[in-house]
Amino acid sequence: MADVTLTVDGKKITAPAGTLLIDACRKAGIEIPAFCYYPGLSLQAACRMCVVRIEKIPKLQTACTTPVAEGMIVATDTDEIKQSRKAMLQLVLANHPLDCPVCDAGGECELQDMTFKYGAADSNFVDVKNHREEQQWSPVVYFDRPRCILCYRCVRVCGEGMDVWALGVQNRGVSSVIAPNGGDHLDCEECGMCIDICPVGALTSDTYRYKTRPWEMTHVSTICTHCGDGCKTTLGLRSSSDGMEIIRGDNRDKSGINGDFLCVKGRYAFDFANHKDRLTQPLLRNAEGKLVPASWEEALTFAGQRLHEIRDTRGGEQIGVIGSNRATNEESYLLQKFARSVLGTNNIDHHRTADYVSFAKALAGQEQRAASLREAETAPAILLIGGDPTEQHPMLAWNLRTNVRHNRARIYVVNHQEIKLRRQATSFLKISAENYSAFTRFLAGEENSIFGAEATALRETLATEPNLLVIFGSELRGAAIEALVRYGLSLPDTKFACLGDYVNSRGAADMGLYPDMLPGYVPVQQPGAFATEYGERFPAAPGLDLPSMLDVAARGNLAALYVVGSNPVHRYGVAAASLKNTFLIVQDMFLTETALLADVVLPIANLYEKAGTVTNTYGDLQLVRKAADRAGVRTDLELIVRLADTMGADVHALVPFGQGTRADMGQSRGAQSGEADRHAVWLAAQNLEPKLSPFDPSALLDEIQRLIPSYSFSRLELFAGNDQHVQATSKNNALVQISNLSQRPDGVLPSMDTLFTSGTMGRYSSKLTEVHDSRNKEILVAAN
Amino acid sequence: MTTEAPMKAPTIFSSELAARFDKLVALYPARRSALIPMLLYAQDEQGYVTDAAIEEIARRIGITPLDVRNVLSYYSLLRTKPVGKYHVQVCTNISCMLRGGQELFEHCKEHLGIGHKETTPDGVFSLEEVECIGACSWAPAVQVNYDFHDNLTADAMDAVLDQYRKQAGK
Repeated sequence: MADVTLTVDGKKITAPAGTLLIDACRKAGIEIPAFCYYPGLSLQAACRMCVVRIEKIPKLQTACTTPVAEGMIVATDTDEIKQSRKAMLQLVLANHPLDCPVCDAGGECELQDMTFKYGAADSNFVDVKNHREEQQWSPVVYFDRPRCILCYRCVRVCGEGMDVWALGVQNRGVSSVIAPNGGDHLDCEECGMCIDICPVGALTSDTYRYKTRPWEMTHVSTICTHCGDGCKTTLGLRSSSDGMEIIRGDNRDKSGINGDFLCVKGRYAFDFANHKDRLTQPLLRNAEGKLVPASWEEALTFAGQRLHEIRDTRGGEQIGVIGSNRATNEESYLLQKFARSVLGTNNIDHHRTADYVSFAKALAGQEQRAASLREAETAPAILLIGGDPTEQHPMLAWNLRTNVRHNRARIYVVNHQEIKLRRQATSFLKISAENYSAFTRFLAGEENSIFGAEATALRETLATEPNLLVIFGSELRGAAIEALVRYGLSLPDTKFACLGDYVNSRGAADMGLYPDMLPGYVPVQQPGAFATEYGERFPAAPGLDLPSMLDVAARGNLAALYVVGSNPVHRYGVAAASLKNTFLIVQDMFLTETALLADVVLPIANLYEKAGTVTNTYGDLQLVRKAADRAGVRTDLELIVRLADTMGADVHALVPFGQGTRADMGQSRGAQSGEADRHAVWLAAQNLEPKLSPFDPSALLDEIQRLIPSYSFSRLELFAGNDQHVQATSKNNALVQISNLSQRPDGVLPSMDTLFTSGTMGRYSSKLTEVHDSRNKEILVAAN
Repeated sequence: MTTEAPMKAPTIFSSELAARFDKLVALYPARRSALIPMLLYAQDEQGYVTDAAIEEIARRIGITPLDVRNVLSYYSLLRTKPVGKYHVQVCTNISCMLRGGQELFEHCKEHLGIGHKETTPDGVFSLEEVECIGACSWAPAVQVNYDFHDNLTADAMDAVLDQYRKQAGK
């Protein structure tokens, strides 16, 4: 829309017509306070804090509901306005307890800030304050009624934002009160958005309440370790007796790919890190067959020597490696490089949750066809086939809902279940679970009598959508993905997104945790540059996939298995006896079903305790920063390097560290004496060493960027904390023919996680378990 | 807000009222516009807005029961607890107050032996002090259920109450 010019406090500002005055002012650096106004939510005009004087209008106006107009002359900072705001604050404070010293919000409370600013500490209201006891509404949410200032932010974010509608306002006037949908409790998705958005301390979380004060924490923004959306989360940390403990997770600074959104997992399910069963020392199986604590030296030397021996006597093809969906790109890359160049095996795989290989193949030769998570918020039309974003990709679901609300986006849902997002959908087509593949062919024009008039109408509508975003779940694999992408490419400017389950499932795939695919989806048979990169031990033939490795192990023909951050014994239902002839090394946080069978167990750091990068399921690459710390654990990266070292491998060939970069460790004389290189100090503070040690992930990122052409992005942007979108394959990859893909088993086993589960790790999150159990109890009660 | 069509389910209301509700929800551009009349009619039929009525009205409109309660709790006219057979509403707003409304209310309290928002043990009368009922020209005024009684004195009030008491058995 055309710009209009107006004058605010004597300053000329311009804003597009239709902009709200409050936004226009804030953009121009003129602060207008508001409790109830919240960008992205509907207007409330309840708090009257944003009042301004507009010339020729007799009364003060709310800037949050006034659109800018040409020639408007506005005053925002006069004595009259200050007095009005002060009076409003006095009203709000009339029954607001002055318990700031014990309130969770103290120090980051918007009401506190405003009271300081407008000096409303004195009051004409001398009546006794009306106290009410706090109430627990759910395992997560607590409500402190007297602190509530009735801004309605929680009501709106829960309803409009989350489509949960669990909060309302009841009664009238001074008796008004926020009320939960269950009468005395909440039946909701436990996302904690209401707590996060509360400007005061009326809504508090069970996880954080009364634990600390905001200024006593350090804050580190990193990436949530749970689902494939990879939300940015800002962790509040405090030192504890054995490291740095995570106290809080939120994204209040609205930075990153998710703005201020986080789901229950991102906000509260970091507590697995402090679970009492967390392993903090290596374990070795002794002569009696029991796992007993050992020193790092013992455990690594033993594991390395055994692997060395097995490789040299029985060959690399008798060794298997299973990688992780939650390790960083650098670790996954290193793991497969270690397998291929040190162990001499292509028997490497991971728990696959989506068919990224077929997706990469289908998009080979295309540029910019894979969509970022951000595009779900802006695309004019979305085709969602399969998947259940509300349960498995909460951030995607949030973006889709926002898109419908703000831009009237059209969402076409095709699913075998009545997923919740159908409520925002323009159309919902139910198909049976086995018909996804047939449906993709139907879209492409193949007639099929199982699809009726509704499906035909959908196909015709889609043909008129010029900028379609096609998002598909793990129901679609192999030929179905190819058919869908081929169909999408026949429409103008279609983009695609493939939904996988965990934070770095896509990264694991991109980094080549496959027996037949190298990093960047380069087939093992045509390794190109990798042939020389990975040295003499790199086998030419593809290796065994995960189920085959387990089968071979059961037949007694897998001499060693190295499992990094994965629990295949549980996930694939492996009988304990089938691994008895295999030398098993497991790196994990907990004594999982797999770790219990291991000969060597190495305790590892989780994603919150290390640095690197992860790629979400849409291909958004983000920086992982080390936040928490735990004595006694090490990163996967370090352990792989140390294992290679004890095996006698050339660590310099494995990790390109210490090449060409030289840190200035400080001058011995002169004005700067004693000061180390400031760059090195900064890097160290970010836990990014100046590539001087083999444990520096950025050394591996160099190699990843060098060998995977599609991983081209701005390092500056990445290190500044911005997400960088990468494609599955680059245009150059098109030259490589991926052969025989149609016969290749996709090996996808969706995790089937819900909002309240998160693989094996989720079981160790007390809060997630508590929420999950309380929900199940409710369902049982309802059923009875 | 959800746009799903409401499920067909057995109704707790009379068939006439159910039919009326069917018409009401289709009458306005937005279904929820029918909420307040529906609540009022439900109250008229059942004496107060029951939990079952809230559930059914929510289902008929396609909103959450919480949404219904948000609106319901705003209006003092709508109630969630039973009242007496005859609900005596005494206005004490400005016109009535100037003409003895407050005294009339005190008189009713004494006569019936109950206070504001209370019901007599036999369930015949309940009493409520209300805001303006729009009968200022004939103040002081009292509304019993939907019937108005105006220009009242203490004696006239007693007569009115006695008449209702006589009717109560019938």
